[in-house]
Order: sequence, then structure tokens, then C-alpha cells
Amino acid sequence: MSSDIILEMRDITKTFPGVVALDRVNIEVERGEIHALVGENGAGKSTLMKVLSGVYPHGSYEGQIVYNGEEKAFRGVADSEREGIIIIHQELALVPLLSIAENIFLGNERARRGIVDWRETNRRTRELLARVGLTEHPETKITNIGLGKQQLVEIAKALSKEVKLLILDEPTSSLNEKDSDALLDLLKEFRERGISSILISHKLNEISKVADTITVLRDGATIGTIDCSAGPVSEDRIIRDMVGRSLSDRYPPRTPKIGETVFEVKNWTVHHPIHTERKVVDDANLSVRRGEVVGIAGLMGAGRTELAMSLFGRAYGQNISGEVLIDGRPADVSTIRRAIDAGLAYATEDRKTYGLVLDETIRRNIPLAKLEAVASNMVVDERREQAVAEQFRDKINIKCSSVAQEAVNLSGGNQQKVVLSKWLFADPDILILDEPTRGIDVGAKFEIYTIIRDLAAAGKAIVVISSEMPELLGISDRLYVMNEGRIVGELPTAEATQERIMSMIIKSAGQLAG
Amino acid sequence: MTEIVSSAQGATTGAKSSFGFLRNHLREYGILFALVAIMAFFQIVTGGILLKPVNLTNLILQNSYIVIMAIGMLLVIVGGNIDLSVGSVLGFIGALAAVMIVNWEVNYVVTGIICLAAGALIGAAQGFWVAYYKIPSFIVTLAGMLVFKGLTLWLLEGQSIGPFPRHFQLIASGFIPDIFGAENINLFSLVLGVVAAVALLFLAARNRLHQQKSGIVDEPFAFFLVKNAVIALAIVYMSYLMATFRGLPNVFIIMALLIAVYSFLAGRTTIGRRIYAIGGNEKAAKLSGINTERLTFLTFVNMGMLAALAGLVFAARLNTATPKAGLAFELDVIAAVFIGGASMSGGVGTIVGAVVGAFIMGVMNNGMSIMGIGIDWQQVIKGLVLLAAVIFDVYNKNKAA
Repeated sequence: MSSDIILEMRDITKTFPGVVALDRVNIEVERGEIHALVGENGAGKSTLMKVLSGVYPHGSYEGQIVYNGEEKAFRGVADSEREGIIIIHQELALVPLLSIAENIFLGNERARRGIVDWRETNRRTRELLARVGLTEHPETKITNIGLGKQQLVEIAKALSKEVKLLILDEPTSSLNEKDSDALLDLLKEFRERGISSILISHKLNEISKVADTITVLRDGATIGTIDCSAGPVSEDRIIRDMVGRSLSDRYPPRTPKIGETVFEVKNWTVHHPIHTERKVVDDANLSVRRGEVVGIAGLMGAGRTELAMSLFGRAYGQNISGEVLIDGRPADVSTIRRAIDAGLAYATEDRKTYGLVLDETIRRNIPLAKLEAVASNMVVDERREQAVAEQFRDKINIKCSSVAQEAVNLSGGNQQKVVLSKWLFADPDILILDEPTRGIDVGAKFEIYTIIRDLAAAGKAIVVISSEMPELLGISDRLYVMNEGRIVGELPTAEATQERIMSMIIKSAGQLAG
Repeated sequence: MTEIVSSAQGATTGAKSSFGFLRNHLREYGILFALVAIMAFFQIVTGGILLKPVNLTNLILQNSYIVIMAIGMLLVIVGGNIDLSVGSVLGFIGALAAVMIVNWEVNYVVTGIICLAAGALIGAAQGFWVAYYKIPSFIVTLAGMLVFKGLTLWLLEGQSIGPFPRHFQLIASGFIPDIFGAENINLFSLVLGVVAAVALLFLAARNRLHQQKSGIVDEPFAFFLVKNAVIALAIVYMSYLMATFRGLPNVFIIMALLIAVYSFLAGRTTIGRRIYAIGGNEKAAKLSGINTERLTFLTFVNMGMLAALAGLVFAARLNTATPKAGLAFELDVIAAVFIGGASMSGGVGTIVGAVVGAFIMGVMNNGMSIMGIGIDWQQVIKGLVLLAAVIFDVYNKNKAA
């Protein structure tokens, strides 16, 4: 590989009032390489990319950006896009009700004298889709294709702008393994064609799979650059650089003390809310015991979230049938209020949409599921509310300037801790945690695992839904495997391996087809 | 105690931190300053007419029904909805009252109760579709606006009905009696004003002590002192002015009670908290076990009832029910709520803000009328003030973020 540098960012320093977000950061990207950028949440990855793309215009930071051998002063995203630097953000920027073709050429329409040339648009779209391995019709609406394909459409859109340097911010955080692999393969293909990529990701296994070089940021400074051409880099090595200490164990040690069964679900069947003839959950049976952490593994779309939400006061689905037993007695979980009163809690996978009132303070978010507990005669006691919030802040280490800070200004990990606090305050016996560590960094993950461990030790029954199999293997006692709405396997974690789980999924899919 | 000592030690640091605090809380206090500035402006350009006792009393009477409806509208808007029907409902209830009292000779107390119940029912009929069937409130209440405008015409058969008996008129044009029987001044009104000011000071002080105990004070002491002293003085001065005319209007007492009760409801009770949570993020509120449908429904029932109350006040004030009553009032009410700092997307806003917003509109109407500015330019200026207020709000929010 030639050492042909496409991008060099030199001594980038960016300050916000009161904070140094970036402190003389250096990064060098070669032409046609996959360069991974890793670091904990708040390490400065996104800020650095915003400096690069011109979101923070030239003059608002110190340092130099040298791109293709010239120093650049980008004034806005339009400037950097013109040079072929394209960012794909974690939250996709597609318009759901427009077609694939319309989205790809949004703001860049194939038009003559202001009139869109649809034939040309669709032809070009087909070409671009083929390059990312999609065969969808260009007029398909975005809302009708899955998240994985939407991600690929974003990349096709980048290709339409003659991309030379593609920046992907957590591109696989909401993709299943198959879609993730497809996306990573695509990056490798781009590498062959000389397109460079900067990949921001928390999934270290992916990074060690594809990256040529890894730059590690910590607290707004470059910690080091790891060259992967010499041979595979261990995840532990990257983590050590990221957190500044060795996480000898990524999961806190724990000795389970498992009691009697508290939560049982029998013959649970749920139909799709709109396509009511479709079963989303099909005859599911499961049980959880006191002090036990039960994992539910499965691919995206296996029906895990739907199972959990339908159990939690029928927050999802139609024509729900089946029985829920708590402590051996039939429990009424027909509304969310009743489910909470019966001792159930569900912490959502999508904390911004379903978990938090973002514009409200931490203090006001935490007691929301059990407001009566900080009120007497329907009057909220603000002192008690404050005390509760501070207690949780200290207990589970929510990093904030004060509990009067608005939830929207917190990092992902800390938002997740606020959501957890809300449910811990409701004091449930059974906690369902849906993707509790999605999109949060290694250090915060460890803290969340510790919270889960302590809850189990306190005798709570815990269900964890996760798409990261190592995580499930690391923290749970027993696993259910779900596929296509059905529970297709159950096994003690001690006997489980990623391969066994995958084979359960694949075999069950074959059964259903046959 | 320590607070007092430290603020005595450094008056300059007190002033400095107060200004810093003010800069950070411009969104909350800006609206109050705006009202004071606008009042000062018109007091000067009208040569002191604005704050003459008779005009001040008029100002209160003229705006009472807008204020009453703004209180209900604030809860609707905080909950993430809007109600366009309130003007028509006000007109309809006024017509209903007139038909009942004047044509059918029903007792006015009975009529009042039936009218309030009818208002609540109207609110329920609209809220039902919004809350349980998820029909956008804009559409439902737009329909309601047309329906009740039509029903008003039908009920009145296109005519005006009046006059009302004297007792009914007193709702809007009566004044509280002076139990002390002083000459030239309604002493009871003045005493009420002083009592209210003292009560407010007491509550503010107690609240601050509580906050201090749990360590959540962020308002500088000097600022706290000045703010509350100014508010208390303003209340005493206003009630003195009105006392030298005919005393506090009955409607003023109704308004003051509503403001107090609803401020408490919105700010301190679990119901209020939940309405803010629904407006802030309905999905998260629902998943926290909050009965979002029922609360949304109730905000509309409440709005209907307050619109009915405003309808009675308005009819009593005009001493007649006309088919034109309430025309375009919904716009004044909604403008008041947004000038008062509420957010279009829900979850943000205060009762006091909405009331102050209503008075900003009211003082401008009154002041410009005294100056002899035509209705044409009055509309233009009011429109621009609404726009400016919201731009200021958004600008401040962006700056904070």
C-alpha cells in the first residue's frame, strides 16, 4: 500500500464555553484505507468529524485540515461535500415517505430547467443501488425497506455525490449481524476502488475485522494510532487505550443466587397492529426466577421487542392472547399502569423516543413512572423529588452538572442511566431491559452491567434483550433464543456459545420454511 | 441567615450574580419585563391615562374573558394540542344563557350552572375524538369552531337577545362591596390587595427556605428580594388604584382565584406534571404508565368549561348576547399563550406566562386605542409583537443549547 495521504488533521483544538472538546488532535488517513476512530462517548469523535465536515466552520477551531495536499477552510457542509467528504450520521437523514430515488437525489435533483428528469433519476438510482448491492425498485418508499437497507441507501446517496472520503458514525448500531457484515463488505469493496472511509464504532469486533488503522481518542486527545497491517489487534488492546486502564474483565464478576419462579408467560401470541392476520409473537412460553438474569437472543425482527412490549401493558400489538403469572398467580397486565402495579418494568431500546422527556430535567424524568411516591395528596413534594434524583445520581453514577440538567444534554450512557433510574424508582420485581447498552461506550456498559448484577443480587428477576451475543453470554444465567416470533430454544448460558445460538436460529428458520 | 450576611458583605457581587442569573433566565422573566416596559411606554405616551383608576379597571374588565380562556388554553397547548373552537363556544354559551334567562326566564344561578356543564360537555365531545381516536386537535376544533358558530346563529335566530337581569350583569360589571364603608376609597379592596401581596411574599419566602434546606437554590438572594418586592408593590399599588375608583371588580376576584388554582395545578400537582410530560414526549409518558388519553381528554373538558365561564362573563359585560360574540377570540387567546412562552410542540409554558401574555395584548389594545391608532394598524402591530415574542423565545432557546 502506498503511503498516499488523503487527509491530515493537524493539532485540531476546539473549545466550547468552559470545555476543551478537542485538544491538539491529530489524525492521518491514507487514500483507500478504512480508518477506525474509537473512543468512549464524549471522547470527541463526533466533534472532530463536525470540524472536518464544516459543521463547525473554519475559524471556530484551531489547527489545520490538509485534504488532497491542500489546506482547506470549510465554511459549511456544502463546502466539504463538494470536495467529496460525506458524513453518514447515526440517525439516518432520509425522508421516510419519499422514494429511494427521490431521497438519493434530494437537493441534487437530476433536472433540466427546474423540471425533474425522472427517467434519468431512476436510471442513475438503479446504477447506484447496484453498487451497494441493492435490487430494490427506485420508486420504493424508504419506510417500506428495513433499517439495514436504508443504511445502504444512505451510502448510495454518498456515492451519487462522487464521494472520496466516507465518514460513517455508528453505522451498524441498529443493524443485525447479517446487515452489518454486508455493510462492512461494502466498505472493503470501496477500499479496493480507492475510496477512504472513517468508521466510528463501538463494536470493536467489527473494527478489528475491517480496519487498516485505528485512531483512539480519549478525553479530546489522540491517545494513539494502531497499525493493523502487522496483524490482528486484540480488542483488549483497543479498550485499554480507550479507557486508559485495562478492563481485565468486561463483565463484572457475579455469583448468582437464584430463587423460585416469579414471572411466567404461557402461550403468548401477539398479532401485528396493522396487518392483524400476521403473528408477530407465536405461542411464546418463558419463565424467570428471582435473582436470575435471563437473556433473549435473536436477530433483528425476531419479535423480541414486540414480545416485551406486548407483555408490558399491551404497549404493542393486537389480538393478544396468553397468560401471565406473577408469583404463581395470574396477573393483570392489560394496561401499562396495571403492569407497573403488578411489578413489571420495561426499559425501552429507543430511549429518545420512548424513554425520556428530553426537554425535562433529570429530576423530573426519574419519578415519572411512580409520581405518587414523591407526592402527597397529588401535590408533588419537590424536596423529595430532588432527594430521589440525587440519590440515583450518586448510586448509579449519572454524570451531570446537576440533576436540574435537561435530559437532552446528556450523553447516551447517562441518558440510559436516567431511564434505568426511572424504572428502579418504580421498584419493580421484574425488569425487562431492551438493548440496555446500545450505542453507549465500554466504560458505561460496564457500569450498566454492574447495575444489572446488583439488581439480580437484590432478588429482582431480570430479562435482557440484546443483539450483542457476547454481552448476553457475559451477563445472563439462562438464554432463550427467538426467531420469527417463536421461542426456538432455551439453554443455560454455561452451555451456550455464539455458534450454538446461531445454529438454533438457522435450523428453526429451515423448519418453518419446510 | 448566612445568605443575608453574605449578601450584605458584597452588594456588588449580589448585583453581578443577579444580572448573570437574569441573563440565563431571560426566557422566563423577559415576558414580565416586556409587560412592564409596554405599560411604562403607554403610560408615558398617553399622558398617564393608562394607569388612571377608571382605565385600569376597564383594562381588567376588557381582558377578563381572554385571561380566563388563556388559562385553559395553556393546559391544552402544554399537552401538545390546540383548541380553535373557544371563540365560538364563548359565543354559543352566551347565546344559551340569554335564551334561558331572557326568553325562558330561568333563574340565573341555575342557568350559570347549566352553561358551565354545557361547556364541559362541548369540551368532552371534542376531546373525545382527539384523545381516544387520535384525530388531530386542529381539525376537530376547527370543525367545532364552525359548528358552534352555526349553532349560535341558530339559537339566536340571527338576532341579539338582551338585556340581562341586574344580578346576572354583576358577574362582569359588579365590584366587591366595601364592608368597612370608608369614604372615597373601597378600603376592603385595598385590604384584599395587601393581604394577597403579603400571602405571596410569605409563600415565596417559605418556598425559598425549603429550597435552601435541600440545597437547590440557584436564584441569587438579591434578585429574589428585588423580584418579590416589586411584585408585591405592584399588587398593592394596582389594588390601591382600583380601590380609589369603585374597588376590585368581581371578575378580578374570579380571575385571581383561577390563576392561583391553575398555577398550583400545573406546577405542583401530579396531574400538572403528567400533562407536561405528555406534551414533552407522549410515547415516553405512556410507557411510564401515564393515562395519556384521559389527561388529554380532561384538558379539553376543562377548556370547554372555562370557555363557557368566559362566555357568561362576556355576555354579562355586553348585557346582551349577539351572533358576533367571540368572533376571532381564539386567535387572541392562542396568541396570549404563545407570547407567554409556551411551545408550539407542547411540554413548555406557564399559567402566569399565559396571563401576562394576555395582558400584553390587552395593554396594547387599550393603549393604542387611547392614542387613537386605528384598528388597522393595531392589528399589524399586534401581529408583529406576537412574531417578535416567539422569535425572541426561539433565539434564547438556541443560545442556551
